[in-house]
Amino acid sequence: MATEPVGTLEKALSDKKSAGQKILVPYVCGGLGDWIETIHAITEAGADAVEVGIPFSDPIMDGPTIQEASQKALEAGVTPSSILSEIRRAGFSIPIAVMTYYNIIHHAGHDRFAKVLADCGVAASIIPDLQLDEATDWIRIADENRVENVMLAAPSTHPDRLRRLAESSRGFVYGVGLMGVTGERSSLAGSASEIARRLKECTDKPVLVGVGVSNAVQAAEVSQVSDGVIVGSALIRRLLNGGGPQTAFEFVRELRKGLDAVPDSHLGKSGF
Amino acid sequence: MSVMGPPSASGRFGEYGGRYVPESLIPACFELERVFTEAWADPQFIAEYMRILTEYGGRPTPVTELHRFSEQLGVRVLLKREDLAHTGSHKINNVVGQALLTRRMGKKRLIAETGAGQHGVATATAAALLGLECVVYMGETDISRQALNVFRMKLLGASVISVTSGSRTLKDAINEAMREWVASVDTTHYCIGSVMGPHPYPYMVREFQRIVGDEAYVQTKELLGGEVPDYVVACVGGGSNAAGTFAGFADTSAKLIGVEPEGGAAINRGIPGVVHGSRSNLLQDDVGQVLEAHSISAGLDYPGVGPEHSYLASIGRVSYAMANDSEVLSALQLLSRLEGIIPALEPAHAVAYVIREAGKEIPLGSTVLVTMSGRGDKDAESVAQILGDNI
Repeated sequence: MATEPVGTLEKALSDKKSAGQKILVPYVCGGLGDWIETIHAITEAGADAVEVGIPFSDPIMDGPTIQEASQKALEAGVTPSSILSEIRRAGFSIPIAVMTYYNIIHHAGHDRFAKVLADCGVAASIIPDLQLDEATDWIRIADENRVENVMLAAPSTHPDRLRRLAESSRGFVYGVGLMGVTGERSSLAGSASEIARRLKECTDKPVLVGVGVSNAVQAAEVSQVSDGVIVGSALIRRLLNGGGPQTAFEFVRELRKGLDAVPDSHLGKSGF
Repeated sequence: MSVMGPPSASGRFGEYGGRYVPESLIPACFELERVFTEAWADPQFIAEYMRILTEYGGRPTPVTELHRFSEQLGVRVLLKREDLAHTGSHKINNVVGQALLTRRMGKKRLIAETGAGQHGVATATAAALLGLECVVYMGETDISRQALNVFRMKLLGASVISVTSGSRTLKDAINEAMREWVASVDTTHYCIGSVMGPHPYPYMVREFQRIVGDEAYVQTKELLGGEVPDYVVACVGGGSNAAGTFAGFADTSAKLIGVEPEGGAAINRGIPGVVHGSRSNLLQDDVGQVLEAHSISAGLDYPGVGPEHSYLASIGRVSYAMANDSEVLSALQLLSRLEGIIPALEPAHAVAYVIREAGKEIPLGSTVLVTMSGRGDKDAESVAQILGDNI
């Protein structure tokens, strides 16, 4: 059986992992404020890839912060195509994964949406309401278009399903850190390291944990087990509170430093 | 095989349905499917469900022949009286079933969304009856237009959470209930109020509501000398009273008609989409953002519809019509004056359709069964306001 060629996102993240470093993927809400400049800034601050949200009217996996950001962006008139064409024009130097809800893809049609993503240089898709049993057709078409569809694994996912889910995932496997929606939490949930451990046991693909990872300390804590983190609401809150690209740069650099201080489990020493 | 049989293994009625929810909820959906399937084949479970609906819920509800109304319209109209069920609507049928399943799963807490407040009241009632904790999510707009039901829920011991996102109506209450469910699924059952959501909800809720149609089938046959009605009409928002009613007549010669509000007509004006767990017709803009519905009736103020309705429309077994707000207000007044039955705004849509189409789509002399899904008390204040009466 032929294995899928490794895509842009997975290659970038696996290289980072092999170098003994932790992976940092911040989330930016497409269309919110100066989001293109924000992505340039966080790239410079040490992000390895960026998750760009395409706002949806009914984001059931998102808490208040990302809901507010999505609503603001929608009120400003952004559409999936306006966001995707801006991504194409910007030509970012790190891989872009778009995060959106399934109706946006369903409405466009699988073929058309996958082609547009590929044309715009988007490496991957993350669709929180498209779970394994419903994802077969989208994964096939995404594969054909060299778009890596990232699957999400939850603390509640049963072991055999976790394995199948990791196999179906491209780019990396997204471990949902807690039972709940996106948003900042005062401390890291025990389930965050646990889902990372369970995923690491069943896949060689990069394992990133997101949802409830809110600061550098928490990022470092979960990355002792995972290959890295996704940080969304904590960054978006800073942007909603009036912060711009410089604020984003500083926060992402803080996260980067936290991750760089995590001892490298492969080499048994601190990685730089 | 019945036209309204069980869905496929993936929870589909034709191309509609499925299970589009975050991964976190998948084990709970599987568990609910398993527990419901077992319970619905367990005579003891069914006996308890029937006992509660009979001794406590007031079933069977009667079918009333509307003599004066029929005389005026020239068609013979029979009303299935869900307005006489405990809590004032058909919603009790579903919540008793789901509350019993909650207990069977060993969970102690129910959450629910509500639009008009009828499902919220019914859920709070079943929770009180079985000693479960209950939290109801309700849009801020609906809280103000359904103040009576909010108070009833509180009296029944439920907490009512005001939802201030989006359009602040039913759609947003569902979003918020789903978010809460993701966080509390270990201990909490999400008691969805209509034939929507991820599999097995659309199927399960229809089964818990089929008692409406099964009873009406027997009752109308008796009233009509062994015949079934020529037409069976019910209002459709999410579509639970319609699904329950149609289930009793799907395999008969009766023409089935669902009536949508003009401002929230997912089947008439929507296209297939995915929201709140399933694929069905949906009001959406030209890129797939879900549109807000606008209906006088809080219970039908929803941009989607249960997937089985999209299926029944696609195979032509059910016709879906629309009624507008002013037709609905006239229907409510006419039925009140001629029959002494004040309908809720939701079933007033079904009544409005019959008034408009008697002698047109519905030939004179036809027999028509209408499901009176709920009583009008909850709407008294908002209807009075619209009619310019200060109460």
